[in-house]
Amino acid sequence: MTRPIGRFRFMDEQRVNLDGFAVPDVDLGLVAFDSPNDPEPSLVIADGIVVQMDSRERADFDLLDRFIADHGLDLVGAEEAMATDDLDFARMIVDPGVPRSEVVRLAAGMTPAKLARCLARLRPAELTIALTKCRARRTPSNQAHVTNRSDDPLLLAADAATAAAFGFREIETTVPVLGDAPSNAIAVSIGAAVASPGILVQCSVEEALELEMGMRGLVSYAETVSLYGTEQIFIDGDDTPWSKAFLTSAYASRGIKMRVTSGGGSEALMGSAEGRSMFYLEARCVALARAIGSQGVQNGGIDAASVAGAVPSGVRAMMAENLMVMLRNLESCTGNDALMSESHVRRTSRTHPIFIGGTDFITSGFGSIQRYDNMFGPSQWNAEDIDDWLVMQRDWGVDGGLRPAAEPEVARLRERATAAVRDVYQVLGLADFSDEWRDQAIDAAGSKDVPAADLMTPLSASRLIRDGQVTMLDVIAALDETGYEIEAERLLAMLRARVIGDYLQTSAIFTEDMQVLSLVTDPNDYAGPGTGYQPTPDRQVEMDGIRQQRSVDDLRSEQASFASSRLASAGPADVQHDPRDVVIGVSPATGRAIWRTLCGLTVDEALAELLAGLEEEGCRGRIVRINDTIDLGLIGLTAARLAGSGIGIGLQAKGTALIHRRDLTPLANLELYSVAPTLDRAAYRQLGVNAGRHAKGSTPEPLRNPYSDEAIEARYHTTVVSLVAIERQCCAPGLPPETLALEEDGR
Amino acid sequence: MTVARSGRPVAEVTLDALRAGRLTPDDVRIHPDTLEHQARVAEEHANPQLAANLRRAAELTGLPDARIVAIYEALRPGRSTLAGLVAIADELESVGASANATLVREAADAYESRGLLR
Repeated sequence: MTRPIGRFRFMDEQRVNLDGFAVPDVDLGLVAFDSPNDPEPSLVIADGIVVQMDSRERADFDLLDRFIADHGLDLVGAEEAMATDDLDFARMIVDPGVPRSEVVRLAAGMTPAKLARCLARLRPAELTIALTKCRARRTPSNQAHVTNRSDDPLLLAADAATAAAFGFREIETTVPVLGDAPSNAIAVSIGAAVASPGILVQCSVEEALELEMGMRGLVSYAETVSLYGTEQIFIDGDDTPWSKAFLTSAYASRGIKMRVTSGGGSEALMGSAEGRSMFYLEARCVALARAIGSQGVQNGGIDAASVAGAVPSGVRAMMAENLMVMLRNLESCTGNDALMSESHVRRTSRTHPIFIGGTDFITSGFGSIQRYDNMFGPSQWNAEDIDDWLVMQRDWGVDGGLRPAAEPEVARLRERATAAVRDVYQVLGLADFSDEWRDQAIDAAGSKDVPAADLMTPLSASRLIRDGQVTMLDVIAALDETGYEIEAERLLAMLRARVIGDYLQTSAIFTEDMQVLSLVTDPNDYAGPGTGYQPTPDRQVEMDGIRQQRSVDDLRSEQASFASSRLASAGPADVQHDPRDVVIGVSPATGRAIWRTLCGLTVDEALAELLAGLEEEGCRGRIVRINDTIDLGLIGLTAARLAGSGIGIGLQAKGTALIHRRDLTPLANLELYSVAPTLDRAAYRQLGVNAGRHAKGSTPEPLRNPYSDEAIEARYHTTVVSLVAIERQCCAPGLPPETLALEEDGR
Repeated sequence: MTVARSGRPVAEVTLDALRAGRLTPDDVRIHPDTLEHQARVAEEHANPQLAANLRRAAELTGLPDARIVAIYEALRPGRSTLAGLVAIADELESVGASANATLVREAADAYESRGLLR
């Protein structure tokens, strides 16, 4: 085998090539849209009963067909819906002139195959606008995962508070050890309540245990109620449409919000796709979700996202799944959870159109903790991406559900969250935590930073919670008793919300003042530009105010902290005639308002190296501040015209430098050192040497600009804008050049 | 004014009431009438299936937690005989949970035809 050429060896090493890509295979269900085995859409109704659906006779219905046919379709509108041309309906979905309600009405009468076929016609940009128009809730939101490897209650509470501080309105936890579930549910609920009222919390575990925790008030919603698109996999999942329908009612009977989970590719992953396309099977899941009365669906690949992502158009299909949920008039939690690529480019590409379009929960969920602590597996977005997400919101002026949080505030919340859990566990007799454990949990970036955590503690606490029949009322009483009245009140408000039941409606979340936002109270009214959700001015200010932004004043005070008095004015500068005389022209702000160059050297240090380099060549350097221009070429040329040798060095205070000669035009120069952040002492020394050699009439080898593959401009351009503004303020037309003396040490 | 399943108005579900030992689990459980109200809201918002679910839920508010978990288990594939499911349906009918009873009977029929009975 011959060795590939260097370009392909290099390409092979890129991260995207760690991902798996599948040749489409219809038999294995490895096809995104339109398998040849997908049925022709059809619907035949006789005496009010569906007798044929999607080319299958009633006698041949499987469990899913039967439940969908008997419960899931609007039979009154079905004839009109099924007769609507696929492309016509696809256009109605996108057309801002057709109200969402009309699209939703028609979709209700469409069979799974029909809806799948219509949505397969939409291109990505059309899907994006369709999300904006068709999601149920006007205001977008976001969900976080909060878990850790040790089920550490203190860290869970601290991380739940952190997630809430960053704006997540739902928090999903789970366990590596099933027995730990009740403790996790309580710890996360308390932590979330420390940071904000109205955070919905769930603990994803086996169906029966999850229901039990919900009934005890330990969680406020449920999501991991899985649906699958083929009968075989559905049964392998140990459920039927009827058991799921009953479970759905069971949650509602206790006033608990619930959604189901599905996602394209899961059937292929489990080896029983019946040769159907992923999208058609998902269309069955979504139809079933509506049929059983779930208020919402989490889909978009989910655990099989990398399977869907492995086939052509698979990423588009995942987005179309989300839209399908919206068209069925359900809450849409749009996945973007399981990490589907090793490539940052690719995972961003997968999420971005959904982020821009906006959904009920853009991710479900965002791994707000370390990748290694995510007990669902690493997410598409993780703790290291929170700043990226905040910046993306700011870049696009889009509400992605998060908000910046200041470090002192998050530190305070983590302290309070751990203290609250510690006190509650102690009062309820569940566990005692050491100070060391608490201190580590407050500071921790992840569970690896909490070696003091004891793995038996959550397990024994959970056993005590179950044996002692501890309910959320007990937790609230313990919070109140130990001085956490605010948190007690917040958690009690969540229990009151169950009694009121408004959050059982589609797409319900709570605002921080406990108002329900849902399909009912906050309906999406998008109808083209200027309509629909727009962040309020306050919300926009909040999103735009990321902690990394800097103003000119910030830069000015940062520069002031490096102020030195080594550079002193020594009177007007004149033209000299000594052939060894080389003038170093510096910019107007030098030694006045800017003291440090972009590479981290002070201006004094850079000047000292330049002078030393000139001296090595037997030349004499003279520092002159050029006060009437900030243009480096002109600064250098002016310096050259003052110099006896006719050679000048131009140096901006930010560090950019060049060598000039008096007979050249301003923009022509001998050598330019343009990438100031990459310069260092040696570079300035060499610059001085080369200028000296020019002065002596020789032609030195130019210094090669240092190589960098960093985004130099991204890092420094905003700083440069501020530094240039400061230079301009120091610049005065007509003000003559002045000589500066560099004292040995003026600090 | 919304009342809890216990009949206590939701405005009385307060920390003071909890401190005084007056709150019981039924004070933080939803009342069937509230679910019926929410069902009507769901209907008005183009989701009759959500409405049907909330009405089934209303019927289940009176069932003990453990019984609900047990019925859910019985509805899982391969767990029940036909007679077992019919008995559950009859039990649900007898406590006024007729929509749930219908659901269970339907399940029994579907499980029989698809070979999912024990």
